[in-house]
Amino acid sequence: MSTTSPSTSATTATSSAPLLAVRDLQVHFPTQDGVVKAVNGLTFDVERGKTLGIVGESGSGKSVSSMAIMGLHRGTNAKIEGEIVLDGVNLLDISAEEMRKKRGREVSMIFQDPLSAMHPYYTVGNQIAEAYRVHHDVSRKIAKQRAIEMLDRVGIPNPDKRVNDYPHQYSGGMRQRAMIAMGLINDPNLLIADEPTTALDVTVQAQILDLLQDLQREFNSAVIIITHDLGVVAEMADDVLVMYAGRAVEYGPCKEILTHPEMPYTWGLLSSVPDLTGDTDARLIPIPGNPPSLLNPPSGCAFHPRCPHRDKVPGDLCRTQLPMLVPGQRGEMHTKRCHLPNADAIYAAEVLPVIAPDLAEEL
Amino acid sequence: MLAYVIRRLFAGVIMLIVMSIVTFALFFASPIDEASFICGKNCSAAQKKQTSAAMGYDDPFAEQWWKFAKGVVQGRDYPDDPQLRETAPETIVHCDAPCLGYSRERGDTVTNLIKDTFPVSFSLAVAAFILWITGGVLLGVIAALKKGTVIDRGLVGLSLIVYAFPTFFVGLVLYKFVAIKWGLTEIPRYTSIAEGGVGGWLSSLTLPAITLAVFFMAAYVRMTRSYVIESFQEDYVRTARSKGLPERTVTFKHALRAALTPIVTMAGLDFAGLMGGAIITESVFNYPGMGKLAVRASQDFDLPTTVGLVVLLAAFVIIANIVVDLLYAVIDPRVRLG
Repeated sequence: MSTTSPSTSATTATSSAPLLAVRDLQVHFPTQDGVVKAVNGLTFDVERGKTLGIVGESGSGKSVSSMAIMGLHRGTNAKIEGEIVLDGVNLLDISAEEMRKKRGREVSMIFQDPLSAMHPYYTVGNQIAEAYRVHHDVSRKIAKQRAIEMLDRVGIPNPDKRVNDYPHQYSGGMRQRAMIAMGLINDPNLLIADEPTTALDVTVQAQILDLLQDLQREFNSAVIIITHDLGVVAEMADDVLVMYAGRAVEYGPCKEILTHPEMPYTWGLLSSVPDLTGDTDARLIPIPGNPPSLLNPPSGCAFHPRCPHRDKVPGDLCRTQLPMLVPGQRGEMHTKRCHLPNADAIYAAEVLPVIAPDLAEEL
Repeated sequence: MLAYVIRRLFAGVIMLIVMSIVTFALFFASPIDEASFICGKNCSAAQKKQTSAAMGYDDPFAEQWWKFAKGVVQGRDYPDDPQLRETAPETIVHCDAPCLGYSRERGDTVTNLIKDTFPVSFSLAVAAFILWITGGVLLGVIAALKKGTVIDRGLVGLSLIVYAFPTFFVGLVLYKFVAIKWGLTEIPRYTSIAEGGVGGWLSSLTLPAITLAVFFMAAYVRMTRSYVIESFQEDYVRTARSKGLPERTVTFKHALRAALTPIVTMAGLDFAGLMGGAIITESVFNYPGMGKLAVRASQDFDLPTTVGLVVLLAAFVIIANIVVDLLYAVIDPRVRLG
């Protein structure tokens, strides 16, 4: 299990109370085959105006955690424990009705595939205005006006006309803009973006990320961006949380994690990202194997069956003992869940020369 | 929109023509000697030949079909014999357009037979439709919303049982017990509005309509339930929830609206099929509808009636298809007509 003390998390040291504090979050789904442990002992903070990037493979628990923050597991058979404190209120303690009132107003979410995430039978304007009207007692006309303003703000041309279009009449990028407009119409303190650019082509991805950054500055909201794309993280995030098999395996400031990763899984993620500006000798190395079963996770460190460095840890520790999420060699801000004693050195000596030879030479 | 409807209707007419050729051909190829049926048992070979010629059964297939098709548009005489028209005009029956043929067995034009029986089948279809749609969809939605509970399991189990009962069994149980033994309703006998007023008409329909409806209702409960459950899994329902909409709005505005679309299609086609007569139900309750007419026509080798009924039923299904497609375009903005 992870450490629950806030002192081990990356950002609490810098300010008093973070906007969102997740403490030892655990989301389990009982099924006929056993308990699926989707999220285990997850602890992190997000501050106002800051962006946290949550990275990991499919099934690592990224989306399940964000759905837990949104309270979207309510009414299902999910067993949730721990604390999700938003602005001083533990979201796991409040009633379903109180949570509903916060949803979309204090914390809102934009989804991966905006075509399936929007209702095909209602106009974009209707769906955006609906998000406004549910939290504000205004007429349809005013809500629609507000929807047009938001569409204009996210860069939809002719918003007063496009407001009456149906989602299928928008392009992919425009639909995601409309989703963002819907997410931000109530000026939420926290915006969760679940793979917001995955379904889009690369140029549109960049536009959407720029837009999110602009809006974040303008609205001063905290953003959690969930992605498997380290490029997105590098561009957007202040802090990074790397998840594997429902647990945080590395957590710290973005620059720190991307330049001095100390967990072999993070190395694997970095190795599998192509670098366009880098050396053509650099190799793309996929992470071997498949994501682990959450029903029956591997013993010890969940990553050990796929870890090429487990031999460097003495005494079969990787297989028998779950490592704690503790600060590595680079200070309190940077925590990792790995038994490797000299991870930074191994990375510099063995991993970096393979994936980015030119960077390794500079060191 | 209008152009689309016209185009669809045009295509429908062509389909009907093909349909009539096929049914016509099937019966043309049948081994039944229509002439000897008409002529009677004590008919000599010469008389039989004469009858056959007079009825036009000796004409080539294409000509017979053409006469049939012309009759639909213009009406025709039976037998179409200029000589007989002069010598014995009283033996000629004129069949007004749209003439679907003349049934010797029933001694009436097929059009008249349909005119007599259609209101019965139509009333039954409408009454059953209203029952099964309201009941089936309502119970299906309830089962879906209470998924996994006793209510859901009860409804699904019950509809499975009802679905497994043959219609004639349900009909006979209602007839024997509800109407005769317990006397809860009158013994069902079709009463038109003209005879018994709206009240009499409705009460005469109750038992047959229930018989017909329970089978469909059972199917619709399960179908609706699965569509609604599926709809709740959709991403846009999650989006609706994440906006903070109350569960009522999520359910009715977002989930149900999408779930009910495919049901409209099914319902339209099922209703069209029923308008052509509910064979078993009409037989059990001895209702003079098109289903019963079809049974009798096929028992008596009454070819003109059979062909007429098949073509009419095909027309219903084609029209229902067009209506369903138009409705689809109204419900789902992604559907473009054309």
